[in-house]
Amino acid sequence: MNGSGHTPLFHISKRSALPWYLSWAIRLAAIVLALIVCALVTTLLTGVSPLGVYATIIQGSFGTVRKFWVLLQELAILLCVSLAVTPAFKMRFWNIGGEGQVLIGGLATAACMFYFGDKMPNALLILVMIVASIVAAAIWAAIPAFFKAKWNTNETLFTLMMNYVAIQLVSYFCNVWDRKGSGIVGIINPRTQAGWFPVIAGKEYLLNVLIVAVLTVAVYTYLRYTKHGYELSVVGESERTARYVGIKVEKVILRTMILSGALCGVAGLLLVGGTDHTISTTTAGGRGFTAVMVSWLAKFNPIFMVLTSFLLAFLSRGSSQIAQNFGLNHSFGDILTGIILFFIIGSEFFINYRISFRSAGEKEGSSHA
Amino acid sequence: MKRTLAFLLVLVMALCLFAGCAKKQAEVTLPAPVAAASDMEFENDSAAADVAAAKKDLAEVLPKVKVGFIFLHDENSTYDKNFIEAAKEACSSLGVSYVLRTNVPEGQECYNAAAELVDDGCNIIFADSFGHEDFMIQAAKKFPNVQFCHATGTKAHTEKLPNYHNAFANIYEGRYLAGVAAGMKLNQMIEEGKFTADEALVGYVGAFPYAEVKSGYTSWFLGVRSICPTATMEVTFTNSWYDEALEKEAANTLIQRGCKLISQHADSMGAPTACEAAGIPNVSYNGSTVAACPNTFIVSSRINWVPFMQTMIVNTAAGKRLAADWTGTLANGAVVLTDVNAQAAAPGTAEKVAEVKAALIAGTVKVFDTDTFTVNGEKLASYAADIHDMGDYTGETEVIKNGEFEESVFRSAPAFDLNIDGITIIDN
Repeated sequence: MNGSGHTPLFHISKRSALPWYLSWAIRLAAIVLALIVCALVTTLLTGVSPLGVYATIIQGSFGTVRKFWVLLQELAILLCVSLAVTPAFKMRFWNIGGEGQVLIGGLATAACMFYFGDKMPNALLILVMIVASIVAAAIWAAIPAFFKAKWNTNETLFTLMMNYVAIQLVSYFCNVWDRKGSGIVGIINPRTQAGWFPVIAGKEYLLNVLIVAVLTVAVYTYLRYTKHGYELSVVGESERTARYVGIKVEKVILRTMILSGALCGVAGLLLVGGTDHTISTTTAGGRGFTAVMVSWLAKFNPIFMVLTSFLLAFLSRGSSQIAQNFGLNHSFGDILTGIILFFIIGSEFFINYRISFRSAGEKEGSSHA
Repeated sequence: MKRTLAFLLVLVMALCLFAGCAKKQAEVTLPAPVAAASDMEFENDSAAADVAAAKKDLAEVLPKVKVGFIFLHDENSTYDKNFIEAAKEACSSLGVSYVLRTNVPEGQECYNAAAELVDDGCNIIFADSFGHEDFMIQAAKKFPNVQFCHATGTKAHTEKLPNYHNAFANIYEGRYLAGVAAGMKLNQMIEEGKFTADEALVGYVGAFPYAEVKSGYTSWFLGVRSICPTATMEVTFTNSWYDEALEKEAANTLIQRGCKLISQHADSMGAPTACEAAGIPNVSYNGSTVAACPNTFIVSSRINWVPFMQTMIVNTAAGKRLAADWTGTLANGAVVLTDVNAQAAAPGTAEKVAEVKAALIAGTVKVFDTDTFTVNGEKLASYAADIHDMGDYTGETEVIKNGEFEESVFRSAPAFDLNIDGITIIDN
C-alpha cells in the first residue's frame, strides 16, 4: 500500500472481452439513459409528460401503415449503405466516403434517366441505370483505395474529402439540368415515368426492402463463407501476416473498396430510381455517416446490422415526429438524434474500458466497474 | 444464432402488434369540394376571403380544419419568416389548428413532409418554396382529398389537378415602388454631390437566375429609373436561397465595383448587414430590416400571404372549388410596403411612393410598359413566354399586349425572364 494520498480517485483500464450479455446490457442501459435524457429535454422545453414523448416516438414509426412503410424504407436504405461500408471496415479501411459514393451512384442513375429517358425501352433503361450507378460509385470508391494501396495515403481524410467533391458535382449537374435556373431538378420524367422502378403489389417501398434483404444475406455470406471475405479480414487483422501467407494486400484493398462503392451505388440507385425520382445534394441525407455507426455497433455483422439500422431509423423517425407534434423547429429532431447517438457511442467506451474507483478500505480486488 | 433468431421473432411480433393497432388516419368530415369542371380553364381568382362572414357561416366546420405548412428554412430566413408569420396570423384569425414543418429541403423530403402532415390529419397543406412544386404535385396525386397550395409555383394551371393550386402576388408592383424610393435616394445623393448622375450605379444580389428573380430585379430597376433616368444596375447571383456568407460577399463585391445602393432577392441578412457596415443604402425584401440596419435601410416590399391563406382555408372549409392560381395585388392587400425609414430615405419619399402606388392601382402607370425599356437596343413588340411550364423550355404565350408585358396575368408566378438594357449580369 502506497498511502491513499497518491492513489487517484479513479483510473481507467482496458477490459478483457466482456461476455455478450453484459456488453448488450451496457448498450441497452445507454439507450434507456438516452431516452430518459431526451424525454427530460423535451419535457423541459414543451411541458409534455415524458410518457407522451415516448408515445410520440412510437407514433413516428407505427402511427399509420404509411409511417410503418417509411420506417422500412429508411431501414432498408440505411442498411444498404451500412452493408456497403462494412467490408472496408472489416479490412480496417476507414471508408467514411459512403455519402459521396451514394450520391455518385444516384447522380449516374439520374443522368441515365435524364439523357436516355426517351431513347430506349424502359427495361433496357433500368438495366443501363443499374450498370451506370454501380460502375460510377465503384470507380469513385476505387480512387482513394488506389492511392492507399499504392502510396499508403490516409484513407479517412481521402474518402471524407471525396464526399464534398461528390456534393459539388451533384450541385453542378442540378444547375445544368434545370434550364429554368432555379437549381432544382425536380421529379425526372414525371409524364413518361421512364426509368422509374416498377411498384410491386402497390407498395412503393417494397422493392427496395426486398433488394436490401437479399443484399444482406449476400454480404453476410461473402464475409463469412468466401475466400475473399477471409482474406479481407486477415488484411484487417495484420497486413504483415497477410503478406506472409501470400495474400496480395493491394489487390484486396482495391477489390474490397470496389465492392464497397458498388453497394453504395446500389443505395443511390434505389433512392433515385426506386423512390425519389429526383437528385439533390440531400439525396444521401447523411446516411453515409450514420452507416458507420450502424456497422460499428453491429460489430460488422450484417445480420445484427438489421437491428442497429432499425434502431437508428426508428429513433430518427421518432425525433422528427416529436418536432412536428410539439411545434418545435425541425432541427430539434436532429438534437434528439444527436443525444441518442452520443449515449450509444459512449456506451462502447464502457464496454471496452473499466473504471476503477479508489475504494475507501483500499482493499485490492474489491473494485467493481 | 438461436438467441438472435428468437430476438428477431419477438421484434417482428411486436411490430405486427403495433402495426395492427395503429390508429387510423383522423377522419375529418368537411363538405366535399364542388366537382372540378372537366375543362378546368385557367382562373385568376384574386378575391380575398371575408374572414368575419366566414367565421359566422362556417362556425361548424372551421374547427375541424387542420392546416399544415412546409417551409424551406426557418425564421432565420427573411422569406420564410414572412411566410411563417402569415401562417400563424391566418390560422389564428380563423381559429383553425395548424402544424408547421421547418427546414424541409426541395427534394423527396418535401413529399415525405406533406405525407406526414396528411397522416396527422391536415386537410390543407401549404408549401413556400419554388423547388417544392414537383413534390407537392406528387402528394396532391397521392392524397386527392387534401388541398395542396404551393406558393411561387408554375404548374397548377397545366396539371389541372382539382386539389393543387399555385399562388403568387404581383410583387413586381411592390418592387417598382421600392425602386421609386431607391431612385429618390440616388437623386438626393447626386444633388449632394456624392457622385455624378452618370455614376448612379445600383447593385442587386439575386438568388437564382430564373423568372421570379429576374422579374423582381427588372421591376425594381424600372422603378429606380423612373425617378433617376441615368441609373444602371449590376446583378450577381448566389445560386442559393439562403447563404449568409455568400450574400454578404456578393454585396461587398457590388459595393467595391462602385454600386451606390443595393437591393436583394436572397433570404438571409447577409446583404443588408454588409450595406450597414459599408454605409451603403439598402432596399430590402420580405420585411423591414431596420432593426439591424438603422442607418441604411430605406424601405422593403413584401408579400402579405395572409389573404391568400385565408381564402384557401375558408374555401376548403366551405367545400368550394379553388382556382388553379391565386394572384395577390396591391388592391387586395397582398403586395405591401413597410414604413419608409426616414433616417436613411430621401425627404418626401413616403409621399412620392404613395402617389405612384395610387397611379399603379388606377392603371395610369404600368410597371412593364414597353416604352420604358429596350431589349438589345430595341423596343419589345412581341414576346412568347414559357407560361405552360411543361419541361420544354419554349415560349408559347404572347404576353405583350397594349404596350405592356402582361406579368402574372396568365399564371400567378412571374414570367418576365428578359435581360433588358441597362442591367448587367456580372460573374463574381
